[in-house]
Amino acid sequence: MNIVVCLKPAPDPKRWDSIQLDPVTKALKREGIPSVLGHLDKRALEEGLRIKEKHGGKVAVMAMAPPAAKDNLLEALAMGADEGYLLSDRAFAGSDTWATSLVLSRAIKKLGSFDLILCGSYSLDGSTGHVGAQLAEFLGVLNVTQVAAVESITEGALRTKSLMERGYRILETLLPALITVNREINTPRFTSLLGIIEAESKPLITWSAADLGITGDEVGLKGSPTQTGDVFLPEMKRQVEMISGEPEEMIKVIIRKIRQAIG
Amino acid sequence: MISVSSVANLKGWKGIWVFIEQEEGCIAEVSFELLTAARLLSRKMELAEVSAVFLGHKIRELSDELLIFGADRVFRADHPSLEKYLTLPYTRVISELIFEKRPEIFLFPATSLGADLAARVAARVNTGLSAHCTQLDINDRGELMQVVPAFGGKVMATILCSNHRPQMATIRPGVYRRGESQEKKGTIEDVPVEIRPEDRKQRVVEVHWAKKPAQTIEESEVVVAGGAGIGNQEDWKLVGQLADVLHGAIGGTRPPLDEGWISEEQMIGQSGKTIRPKLYMGIGISGVIQHVVGIQDAQMIIAINNDPKAAIFQNADLGVVADFRKVIPLLIEELKKLSKDKPVP
Ligand SMILES: Cc1cc2nc3c(=O)[nH]c(=O)nc-3n(C[C@H](O)[C@H](O)[C@H](O)COP(=O)(O)OP(=O)(O)OC[C@H]3O[C@@H](n4cnc5c(N)ncnc54)[C@H](O)[C@@H]3O)c2cc1C
Ligand SMILES: Nc1ncnc2c1ncn2[C@@H]1O[C@H](COP(=O)(O)O)[C@@H](O)[C@H]1O
Repeated sequence: MNIVVCLKPAPDPKRWDSIQLDPVTKALKREGIPSVLGHLDKRALEEGLRIKEKHGGKVAVMAMAPPAAKDNLLEALAMGADEGYLLSDRAFAGSDTWATSLVLSRAIKKLGSFDLILCGSYSLDGSTGHVGAQLAEFLGVLNVTQVAAVESITEGALRTKSLMERGYRILETLLPALITVNREINTPRFTSLLGIIEAESKPLITWSAADLGITGDEVGLKGSPTQTGDVFLPEMKRQVEMISGEPEEMIKVIIRKIRQAIG
Repeated sequence: MISVSSVANLKGWKGIWVFIEQEEGCIAEVSFELLTAARLLSRKMELAEVSAVFLGHKIRELSDELLIFGADRVFRADHPSLEKYLTLPYTRVISELIFEKRPEIFLFPATSLGADLAARVAARVNTGLSAHCTQLDINDRGELMQVVPAFGGKVMATILCSNHRPQMATIRPGVYRRGESQEKKGTIEDVPVEIRPEDRKQRVVEVHWAKKPAQTIEESEVVVAGGAGIGNQEDWKLVGQLADVLHGAIGGTRPPLDEGWISEEQMIGQSGKTIRPKLYMGIGISGVIQHVVGIQDAQMIIAINNDPKAAIFQNADLGVVADFRKVIPLLIEELKKLSKDKPVP
């Protein structure tokens, strides 16, 4: 099995409180916040590794991100991936999901043939959950979203359990295919010291837009069909009444408010 | 790749479409909510026509309901191969319809099915798609403004899709409400469907529907939600007890989901449920926007947090600065006493 796992490094959510909106320029200030791999992306990698362990083959990891994301790919290599691809170019900046999927699809085509691609169901920051399906469309393969379990892979067909709002579906899909995974699918392994040492000698390749035959106006801000307009702080509509002090006193106020709400 | 939409011919794209999600012969409520959204937009677009895009099998009898709740037209594709949702046939039928009819706006539910389909369709017809919109509007250039909770959830961002058509967006269940029923006067147009070899590359082995929970968090008039501040499983019981005495549902933020105190169905916010109860009580919740977007339309918000600077207080009607361990047990006792005096029917 030739497996590709797409990983999106994103600013560490634990540090999001330090993200500020510049009131004048309306720019988001997020300098100095380190990037981490999303928990679903790690699960996608874990599943890829398990499938490789069972069926043989190799696992490539891929991220479209600024150069610093090398560290995140190293972490993935330390977990057990065989090779890493960093897609990095100024021209990619500002890409929406459409443009991101386009870049990823060009890189995967450049890699050659593949059997299975794994993504997270949604990323940490963008969290649109659209990249998986869009990437599959650009690659011309089937996709299965919200996968909670890969039940079997036999004779070129993949059997999966996908979650829906009110239940689940068992689907059978011919390979090659792309799946996006949910948190139910597995618990990712930790990296071992040996893994970290081995990662250093694994291939970690950077491709630019030119390497992928992508022109500047196909991707990035120019190539993205969506544009981000106004950025603003959410409107606060409520007049808050604040109370503190003795619990007994506060309870009287709380009950009055509860009554006001539900009679 | 076919590029159907270029700046030059944006004018030819007309009307607002809504994808109708349907399961087991029943139209999902969110479909009616999106028809309401489309009607509101239509008023700002010289009464643009609202069309429902309805795929499935044996769905003839259901189509009228769409005309009654806001659609001027129903594009109906009724075929055995469309009985259960499959990405490829649905994408193909809808993309071909887009190429032929050219809608200006296309709304999808932000459900697992809706997001899968919308993403694939947007990639195929080469247009933009925004996710999880909490608000839609039309700007003075006649473009669809799609408001989404943005990066970090600290802010909101307006997404535009100025140079491509259709302008596509997914909208969470619960953001809009089903409208009043109206006299049915629209038309139904049947869309021809053919099967292709690639449709056979994927099949549904089985579908398993969970039993509908007695009262879902979206339907509940009272929701008691807890956050990371509850701290441990033992104290989480207080959240349940309070919900019990108030005859409400239990909800929560992301950390309780990660801890396993609540299920996916109970998480409120950007990547969870949007609720609009009469009363929401948030306990040990900091109130970051990812959570708050899900409770904005609650009629009354009571927040209990021991940090007077917690962001939730900016979004509450009553802010209680206290350790919940000191307040909630007493509150439960008091409410129990009251309900004994006046039994709840
Ligand atoms: C892409 C993305 C999507 C997300 N979507 C969602 C979503 O849909 N819904 C969601 O909820 N989250 C979502 N999150 C997570 C979100 O960013 C926050 O991490 C989360 O909402 C915080 O939950 P919390 O308020 O329970 O925890 P915290 O932020 O840790 O707050 C805990 C609060 O409890 C208070 N507290 C502590 N002890 C006590 C006590 N004894 N008495 C009273 N108060 C106490 C503290 O003062 C603090 O304010 C998402 C995150 C990402 C990255
Ligand atoms: N820039 C990126 N590089 C690599 N993979 C990505 C990137 N963006 C998104 N993905 C993949 O697509 C999934 C869904 O992302 P999103 O659509 O942003 O929610 C992620 O979990 C990743 O697996």
